[in-house]
Amino acid sequence: MTIAAEPPRRAFRPSQLINDSRYRGLTIQVVALLLLAGLIAYLGHNLVVNLRALGKDFDFGFLGNRAGYDIGQTLISYTNNDTHARAALVGMLNTLLVAALGCVTATVIGVLAGVLRLSKNWLIGRLMTVYVELFRNVPLLLWIVLVHAVLSNATPIPAEFRGEGATASMVFGVIAFTAQGTFIPWPVWGEGAELLTVVLLLSILAALVWRSYARRRQMATGRPLPVLWVALAILVLPTVLAFLLLGRPVTFDVPTMRETGIARFNGGVNILNSLVALWFALALYTGAFIAEIVRGGILAVSRGQSEAAFALGLRPGRTMRLVILPQALRVIVPPLISQYLNLTKNTSLAVAVGYADLRATLGGVTMNQTGRELESILLLGLFYLVVSLVISGAMNVYNRRIALKER
Amino acid sequence: MKTSVMLGTLALAGLAGAAQAATLDDVKARGTLNCGVNPGLTGFAAPDASGTWQGFDVDLCRAIAAAALGDPAKVNYIPLSGETRFTALAAGEVDVLARNSTWTFSRDTDLKLDFPAVNYYDGQGFLAPRALGVASAKELDGATVCIQTGTTTELNLADFFRVNNITYEPVPIANDAEGRQQYLAGACDVYTTDASGLASVRATFETPDDHVILPEIISKEPLGPAVRHGDTEWADIVRWTFYALVTAEELGITAANVAEMAAAPTENPEINRLLGTEDEYGTMAGLDQQWAVRVVQAGGNYGEIFERNLGESTSIGLARGLNALWTQGGLMYAPPFR
Repeated sequence: MTIAAEPPRRAFRPSQLINDSRYRGLTIQVVALLLLAGLIAYLGHNLVVNLRALGKDFDFGFLGNRAGYDIGQTLISYTNNDTHARAALVGMLNTLLVAALGCVTATVIGVLAGVLRLSKNWLIGRLMTVYVELFRNVPLLLWIVLVHAVLSNATPIPAEFRGEGATASMVFGVIAFTAQGTFIPWPVWGEGAELLTVVLLLSILAALVWRSYARRRQMATGRPLPVLWVALAILVLPTVLAFLLLGRPVTFDVPTMRETGIARFNGGVNILNSLVALWFALALYTGAFIAEIVRGGILAVSRGQSEAAFALGLRPGRTMRLVILPQALRVIVPPLISQYLNLTKNTSLAVAVGYADLRATLGGVTMNQTGRELESILLLGLFYLVVSLVISGAMNVYNRRIALKER
Repeated sequence: MKTSVMLGTLALAGLAGAAQAATLDDVKARGTLNCGVNPGLTGFAAPDASGTWQGFDVDLCRAIAAAALGDPAKVNYIPLSGETRFTALAAGEVDVLARNSTWTFSRDTDLKLDFPAVNYYDGQGFLAPRALGVASAKELDGATVCIQTGTTTELNLADFFRVNNITYEPVPIANDAEGRQQYLAGACDVYTTDASGLASVRATFETPDDHVILPEIISKEPLGPAVRHGDTEWADIVRWTFYALVTAEELGITAANVAEMAAAPTENPEINRLLGTEDEYGTMAGLDQQWAVRVVQAGGNYGEIFERNLGESTSIGLARGLNALWTQGGLMYAPPFR
């Protein structure tokens, strides 16, 4: 007969909450939680009391009121009779526009500069070093203001394009760089343009099909087929043919200087200097960071990989494209996400050049005219949060696709 | 449980401390007046070469400090942009906003501000280069217009072009310095703001004569100091400090003769009431007897302040116009000190 040795059970004592490692962790967490809840409650209560003291309430109804102000550059139709909500939407789209343009351009610049900085050519390598160091180490705001000042001070005013004695002329006769923006031609969709779009989409599809066929063929037989030229031909020829056969359905509206009144270009589209300044400065600044990320990613791929590729007879270009970059991407993509997020949030520096982004419409004029600081700032924060989360989510999906498959 | 009760008590205690005291007490306890001013509008508020703030609105800040604190120099000038000014006032960052702000219905009611007085009757105009060849604002169809964001002028502009059925393109700018730079670079064809502001900006150009202020005045812009809604005692002090300046001009009290007039009761009972040699008007406002004497000593009466900062002898060269005393055909009319 054995008697199980019961450990002596002692009653729970409060001091165990601090002295006993079994309970200590729990105690700390409960105290921290209480402190946090107390802090949040304090802030919330403080807010309510102070809002009441100021005689203000918390209400999003102002979004439905007439805005009453005009916006220079809009992607959707907007007049000063529209609501504050519509003005906020215009601002949102403007923010997204400059963020998208900036991200794409920054990636192109960054990848080029990053690869070229590793070039064996002394001059190219040093030039890229100068670019990266110059842009990385000067505040973004200064670049935005500088580009904007150059754009508006170094370009002629519209009046100089007018009349017989015009001192300025349009580039190629169609583009006018002026102190008030860049006027470019804009396509006008005419009769049969839908058919042309269908043809274009079909030829893109055909080009993709050709690429995958060529790849399968090479896998099977080892013989490469020309991809680039054939794909280009598939892309361009049918579209051009359709364009001519349909009787040129797409025409271009070229900006022209009007004869009377204040000198001004009619037709085409005016890309404001503020947009260009913001776009360029953001792209060049973020591009410098991306260049460093790309360089780091490439250097992270072991030298044996490229030596092995060379030993197999791959040329340097293909080695980079088929061997190095796919492996480097695994190192590049995670920090790249942060750069995209930074760029998107940095678009709010638009305020420096008067570009009508969301901060300037909802967080600027609307907030000022309605006095709804808290509501506007909350909405503004929510917008940037959502956009950042979407970008980060999409990039994480991409990251999972290119990540090393572990089976 | 006990912890949370204690936290709750702490929170309540903190709140009681944070509850707003009267602005006058705050100012007295601090020893300086926080005055929100324009970051740079020559004639209204701008630092001079030695860094001292000068201008029409600055002199009002000095007068208020002289009334409330006894020393016109005890002012902390806080430059505020058109967009940030009302938020700064509502948040208590400044005690009074003397930043050529227009008194409007929605600012008075919805924004919870009070405009105790109007110190400059203004209207919105347009500044255009002579080379533009425009004689009237109605010829501005298709113009690119520089405009300060967060101002009433932004809304007036939209209304004016809508009513006249002409189009324009706005170029938003943050302050007068940026507006000047953009306008001179040709980024906009015309610059619009209050006519006084246009005169002030034009005075800083190298060749002011190449630019004209178009004849149309498209709005009413009663500019004045603003305070937070709800503190009527403080609003009274700001209001009557300003009216003391106007009344002083009306009664012929100047910076030069105020000390002499306040030394002994004069024949005119209103002068005596204003300068504290008769009755106790200062204590009624929560101030001392000598407050109005110091207000006038700080920078002279309303007319002196106007002439020194904006008048025809300055580079800005504005006529009194609507801002003359009511006895001289203007709108400046102080309620009686009685």
